[in-house]
Amino acid sequence: MPEVRYIDAINQAHHLAMEHDDSVIVMGEDVGAKGGVFGATMGLLEKFGEWRVIDTPLAESSIAGVAIGMSVNGLRPIAEFQFADFIHPAFNQIVSEAARMRYRSNNAFGCPVVFRAPYGGSHGTALYHSQSIEAFYAHVPGLKVVAPSTPYDAKGMLLAAVQDPDPVLFLEHKRMYRLVRGEVPGGEYTVPIGPAVVRREGTDLSVFAYGWMLHETLQAAETASKEGINAEVVDLRTLAPLDKDTILKSVAKTNRALIVYEDNRFLGYGAEVAALIAEEAFESLDAPVLRLGGPDVPGVPFAKKLEEWFSISQEKILAAIRKLAAY
Amino acid sequence: MPVDVKLPQLGESTYEGTIGKWLKKPGEKVERFEPLVEIVTDKVNVEMPAPYGGTLTEILVEEGTTISVGTPIARMDTADGAQDAPAAEPRATAAAAPPEPSPPRNGTAAAAVPAIPTPEAKAPAKGDGPRLSPVVRKIAEEHGVPIDEVAALHGAGAGGRVTKEDVLKYLESRTAAPRPPATPAAAPAPGVPPAPAPVVHPGDHVVKHTPLRRSVAQRMAQSKRDIPHAYGVIEVDMTPLVRWRDAHKEEWRAREGVNVTYTAFFVRAAVEALKAYPGVNSTWGDDGIILRKAVNIGIGIALDEGLIVAVIHGADQKNLVGTAAELDRLGRLARDGKLTLDDVQGGTFTITNPGVFGSIWSMPIIVPGQAAILATDAIVKRPVVRDDAIAIRDIMHLGLSFDHRVFDGAVADYFLNRMKAKLEGFAGGDAALTDF
Repeated sequence: MPEVRYIDAINQAHHLAMEHDDSVIVMGEDVGAKGGVFGATMGLLEKFGEWRVIDTPLAESSIAGVAIGMSVNGLRPIAEFQFADFIHPAFNQIVSEAARMRYRSNNAFGCPVVFRAPYGGSHGTALYHSQSIEAFYAHVPGLKVVAPSTPYDAKGMLLAAVQDPDPVLFLEHKRMYRLVRGEVPGGEYTVPIGPAVVRREGTDLSVFAYGWMLHETLQAAETASKEGINAEVVDLRTLAPLDKDTILKSVAKTNRALIVYEDNRFLGYGAEVAALIAEEAFESLDAPVLRLGGPDVPGVPFAKKLEEWFSISQEKILAAIRKLAAY
Repeated sequence: MPVDVKLPQLGESTYEGTIGKWLKKPGEKVERFEPLVEIVTDKVNVEMPAPYGGTLTEILVEEGTTISVGTPIARMDTADGAQDAPAAEPRATAAAAPPEPSPPRNGTAAAAVPAIPTPEAKAPAKGDGPRLSPVVRKIAEEHGVPIDEVAALHGAGAGGRVTKEDVLKYLESRTAAPRPPATPAAAPAPGVPPAPAPVVHPGDHVVKHTPLRRSVAQRMAQSKRDIPHAYGVIEVDMTPLVRWRDAHKEEWRAREGVNVTYTAFFVRAAVEALKAYPGVNSTWGDDGIILRKAVNIGIGIALDEGLIVAVIHGADQKNLVGTAAELDRLGRLARDGKLTLDDVQGGTFTITNPGVFGSIWSMPIIVPGQAAILATDAIVKRPVVRDDAIAIRDIMHLGLSFDHRVFDGAVADYFLNRMKAKLEGFAGGDAALTDF
């Protein structure tokens, strides 16, 4: 299998989805002529034309609203938000309309839209291009939220999201685009939305992560193993609906749990995982459930030193692993 | 309002203490910060200040008893509520501070690491039940082991907490031996394969471990286990220094008010060599070798009950007389059992002087957290070859044990030769005391 970058896997999925299904439409700011600000939609306009690859105005609420309208009329739009930071104007459309469409229409309409959003802090992306938004949306019933961490999963889950009869918020940590490579089959395949996956088997404690944090965590786990701490690392992949079984099975084995997420710690995604473990795995626990999240400050700072302070690095994860193992 | 007074953590890596002497009796009034009780630890003896103001109502731990950090040792009645914050709580919440808004200096950002409350070591006290984690409790119940029995174990977790592994191990030993052992608290230290306990024959005499003996044993074993030791030894011709010192030491003592010992010269020579080879003044870290800015030289001091290392802080800031005065001060405090925590912490390099006992060739064990230790052996008159003739000279060996992870043999030998040059180059003269 050829090794490709994360961004290439996303791009491949777009091409295949559009080839496979004429009802698939791609829309967003600069997705056409430019091929997307990160290059996710490169080559689509040339191949599929401007009726199916639509450059939209700078108006996220309309991107979401138009996509929802298309979807209830038989199309399958993939709507790109240039950065997850700019999805907020579309919050109302996504939460009040897309997520509730099936419920409100008594199952008469689905809303098969894929909302794609590059999220997370990278190098120097600062307040307006670094936000982690998953907790806002994972809270909403009716919406699926995924955050694949490998090129293989990115392609397979994007194709699964396109085929899904309901709205999917597809989160891509932008730091992975050009940094993370992996083997990806050339053809079409899907990775189901829902199941988490154990990326590293371990016995001493479980670390739960997703997106870029998974890679930092795997590095930290590798270092920890040299110190004799054998950490299991679980890639959550799908944030809603959450794969409880894999989480509980892992905690039953290791008796200790750490959740790593880049978003602000307070009420972040890890809080839900921690609560789940506390409620359903209480008798397995040999240590308090730990969360390692970003500091509760309003944004990822621009200054390099401050950005480092904010970011969840493998060193911080390793420190948390050591602490949990020593408890 | 009744409050418990707990044994505070009295220093780095100190997990237990022995009640020396109660300085207050039950019923006595105690001011906050007034000395309440003498605590003897493996490192120092301290007077613990009262964490609250009020009345001492009950003494829970008798003199001579050793307990772990966090154990309630007395009960007090605070005069007017609990507005007095505890002055000396165990460091249970030290890591719980929220991240500070300033970035850490070296980017490691420990601030964002989630805090775990350190479980307080459990006193065998009445009232509330033992605190065990859910899984430990469940395993104990599944195997029909009384909770108290499990709670009495000394675990490998933080603060002696009983972990899942501890209870599983205990279950194994429990089924192996039909009756619980007489001292169930004697769990092996983590990482040490349990050696078979030595047999005590009739007529043998068992000398109970003192906290100091235990601490020496634990630290020496840890060092030899973790640090790959390598050794270098060189010969130093001390003749000029010995002659000058013998001729002038009384004069020096009269003038400076302190005995200028050989050790003071060794410390000065070591300081110069450490400055020249900073790798020796360092420690092995996970991410790199940590070169110490401070030059704090630990000096091994032999006491009746064992060895203690007192530290000359800022040894590079002191001249020969200043070094001698500090050695004198530390030696006296050590013998009187009055060293403070500051006197025994923060060493970056250690000198031990087996020469005073006549040893001529020593290979000491590195103090954990440092990269090397120097042994200064006895100065002995020997026939040596000088200018193709046999001469009688005052010869000594300098031996360096070093962490081979941190630096290699060449650096050790450069370091030793730098010391040798300094000591052999002693020129005497009126300025000897200030310039060496």
